Amino acid sequence: MTSRDIIRRSAAAQAAALEAGEVSSEELTRAHLDRIADVDGDLGAFLHVNTDEALTTARDVDSRRAAGEELHGLAGVPIAVKDVVVTEGQPTTAGSKILEGWIPPYDATLVQKLRAAGLPILGKTNMDEFAMGSSTESSAYGPTRNPWDRDRIPGGSGGGSAAAVGAYEAPLAIGTDTGGSIRQPGAVTGTVGVKPTYGSVSRYGLIAMASSLDQAGPVTRTVEDAALLHELIAGHDPHDSTSLPDPVGAYTQAARGKDVKGLRIGVIEELEGEGFAPEVRARFTESLDQLERAGAEIVRVACPNFRYALGAYYLIMPSEASSNLAKFDGMRFGLRVVPEDHPTAENVMKATRGAGFGDEVKRRILLGTYALSAGYYDAYYGSAQKVRTLVQRDFSAAFEQVDVLASPTSPTVAFRLGEKVDDPMAMYMNDIATIPANLAGTPGISVPSGLAEDGLPAGIQFLAPARADERLYRVGGALEALLEDAWGGPLLATAPELTAGATR
Amino acid sequence: MSTAQPTAPTAPVDYDEAIARFDPVLGIEVHVELGTATKMFDGAPNIFAAEPNTAITPTSLGLPGSLPVVNRRAVEYAIRIGLALNCSIAENCRFARKQYFYPDLTKNFQTSQYDEPIAYEGWVDVELEDGEIIRVEIERAHMEEDAGKNTHVGGATGRIHGATHSQVDYNRAGVPLVEIVTKPIPDTKGRAPEVAAAYVRTLRDIFRALDVSEARMERGNVRADVNVSLRADPSAPLGTRSETKNVNSFRSIDRTVRYEISRQAGILDAGGSVVQETRHFHEDTGETSSGRPKSDAEDYRYFPEPDLVPLAPSREWVEEIRGSLPELPAARRRRLLGEWSFTDFEMRDVINAGALDLLESTVTAGASPQSARKWWMGELARTAREQDVDLDALVVTPAQVAELQGLVDADKINDKIAKQVLTRVLDGQGDPTAIIEREGLAVVSDDSVLTGAVEQAIAENPDVVAKIQGGKVQAIGALIGPVMKATRGQADAGRVRELIMEKLGVS
Repeated sequence: MTSRDIIRRSAAAQAAALEAGEVSSEELTRAHLDRIADVDGDLGAFLHVNTDEALTTARDVDSRRAAGEELHGLAGVPIAVKDVVVTEGQPTTAGSKILEGWIPPYDATLVQKLRAAGLPILGKTNMDEFAMGSSTESSAYGPTRNPWDRDRIPGGSGGGSAAAVGAYEAPLAIGTDTGGSIRQPGAVTGTVGVKPTYGSVSRYGLIAMASSLDQAGPVTRTVEDAALLHELIAGHDPHDSTSLPDPVGAYTQAARGKDVKGLRIGVIEELEGEGFAPEVRARFTESLDQLERAGAEIVRVACPNFRYALGAYYLIMPSEASSNLAKFDGMRFGLRVVPEDHPTAENVMKATRGAGFGDEVKRRILLGTYALSAGYYDAYYGSAQKVRTLVQRDFSAAFEQVDVLASPTSPTVAFRLGEKVDDPMAMYMNDIATIPANLAGTPGISVPSGLAEDGLPAGIQFLAPARADERLYRVGGALEALLEDAWGGPLLATAPELTAGATR
Repeated sequence: MSTAQPTAPTAPVDYDEAIARFDPVLGIEVHVELGTATKMFDGAPNIFAAEPNTAITPTSLGLPGSLPVVNRRAVEYAIRIGLALNCSIAENCRFARKQYFYPDLTKNFQTSQYDEPIAYEGWVDVELEDGEIIRVEIERAHMEEDAGKNTHVGGATGRIHGATHSQVDYNRAGVPLVEIVTKPIPDTKGRAPEVAAAYVRTLRDIFRALDVSEARMERGNVRADVNVSLRADPSAPLGTRSETKNVNSFRSIDRTVRYEISRQAGILDAGGSVVQETRHFHEDTGETSSGRPKSDAEDYRYFPEPDLVPLAPSREWVEEIRGSLPELPAARRRRLLGEWSFTDFEMRDVINAGALDLLESTVTAGASPQSARKWWMGELARTAREQDVDLDALVVTPAQVAELQGLVDADKINDKIAKQVLTRVLDGQGDPTAIIEREGLAVVSDDSVLTGAVEQAIAENPDVVAKIQGGKVQAIGALIGPVMKATRGQADAGRVRELIMEKLGVS
């Protein structure tokens, strides 16, 4: 078995190989590290590669396995973590200059869970600065490129995690989704991305963009892998006040069921028409046809307030972000710029932020500060919260008629690097289909739906009621199996080969 | 940031004159640090005077990724305070973020309560020195967290001006606070300074009785922001107020109000207008000076704290807390006044001396209320004044005072020896009984010991003996003196008199 073969397997298959003794975790981890060394110089998926620690973890898992110790099902399977998640002893920058060189003194709760389960952490993945963006072009450390076409964006803000998984650098990755940053990159890289129910995966240790919207979740190549990872990172956390007390659902079982008979799928009228590229819509319709043939019932549902969701999101998100980012002031951690002339605390803060924050971050801080300011609060933040309630009501009404909702994940396939950097509104439109779930706190999954314009992948998104994440795995797993039958294998297998040391 | 319009300085007018011409209205915000084991939103220990930056966690440092979780005990304490101040307790309330920038503020916002405080609309009765009672209306009591502490190094004054650098200690960052805000307090007239100080003292006593805080002013456990405004007369609308921040002694509160009334009257008299601003009180001069003009104050951009779920204290829990409230100071004073049969004047005297707890403990330990009062308000109060310490800082316990009085009541010692014994107790020499035994200070009424001294006194004072036998019985004192001297004051004077009279055959 060559390392090329093993890294192309799903995480579940890699775990099985470890269990069967076909491969050691050290070999598996090394294979992924080698792949990163080969292709990441060109791809830019990683900001930091954690070689020594990953191999130490791998060897530890191997010796524990040799000693007959009972291990977690994913023990020894490596993983990449989005750089917005704090990792003790390993750099964490959130894609920003302002945190360059910062080594957190503690682990996020989900990282503790990964460590406890014995998953070697390969490194930290690139992202739009503070998770602000839809293309990973706003990273202070340069963009990540799409493995399907390196002139294109890999989506954002979790483009690094999606590209790492899509390019076989990691079988599993952690993303965060505030307005679609797991699902939209999944769609444009042909990978699977899940935004769990808000509060079901602890936010402790996630560098906050917008607290009421942020949610960590799995980035994988198969629905089953996503379910396995979701089960590992979910669960109540006393360090997060908004963490749900619910027991973790049987996601893997749901993903393996592959049965949609009698499942009612609602097509959101507001999320399939204008603005959605024809071939993206075509793949979406074909996916629904497959599901219908397999026994699902397709109905059209109206969510009239979704048209206001993008506007509300771009008031609530920057409002919370402006507050969450206030702590980056050069006083306690990260970058500190001391102006020569009159270095007062206030001037240090100004200079540090001026140098440390990128344009998109500054833009959103300004938007949020304005939206929260006296005299404008009711008109902006207050109104946006009302829209949020209306969006939640739309979901409630729709879920009275159907079990899950569906739409294309992203309106288009991956656009070209630089194409939208000067047009924030066009960039924001990428999240039009994913944002309602964040406003409502409901879960969503993006699954590859086929190739669309320019031979690039498109995704289909399913949404479920809060705490009904199992339904996503049920429908996602079933669709994945149906499409793989139709295509003769995973979509990613059709992606162009990335060659070692390739340059564009 | 622009600065306030410079106004020509106007001389403060005499306080009595100011009060004669204007009607003062007070508003007081009191912050109390809660004595919980851990901080408001994280598990860092809530301790005083630890090494800088040792009582911290990622959350109290506001590190990226950290999240707050509400301290249930702090909520319980806030409810206790709310109930003790006759407030309604909110069925639902929330935290909000109050945004401003300062190096000691770890997140650059303070997690506080804004439009939904945990307790609202209550009152507290404040008793003044002469027994008059003023009811102060409480607008709200809300929870928030403290900030860290800046130390400015290298300058002469310890202030930021002239310092070469500043250090920040985040140990205090995240310490739970409750802020109690009054409604405007009208009709205090010339007693406004006294009312302000007495109000804060009343709260301090309540905090201590509730056991929610050590409530030590000198440690900043209790801090007051004092608002003062003047108007032409009680029917006029409220005037523009100043807010003097962080006044932390009763005397300073009194002086702040007094100075602000004089200062504002001076401005108004001269036809000027008072600027709404925060001010600072200066202990050395008794004056206040301008901080930042409030009209230029930052926009705090409050919004509901998204990292915390709303708080909904169950009615059962609130009632359970209500049921567990201790007897509050005012009720206790009324009860003790009756039990001890003190006069109003005696009682106020005891309260003003801060001796109530000490007296009650002394009575509990067995002394009569009057004898307890005699010791604490007499000999011990004098000693405390001499040593310039609080009564409760003296090295003597209520139990020792009760023990001392018990020895006097049992005629083991007389008052004079008792005072000597007390001096030794205050020197840390132990309990009264032990001191008496160790030093042989007990009253001597043993005739075999006394007889020799009596005979010697008779032999050495023939002229006095002659006077006594000649009918001048009151001269007997001149013989008792030498006997007392010979027995180092320990003789039972009554028995000595009897023995002398026996010897001399007089009656």
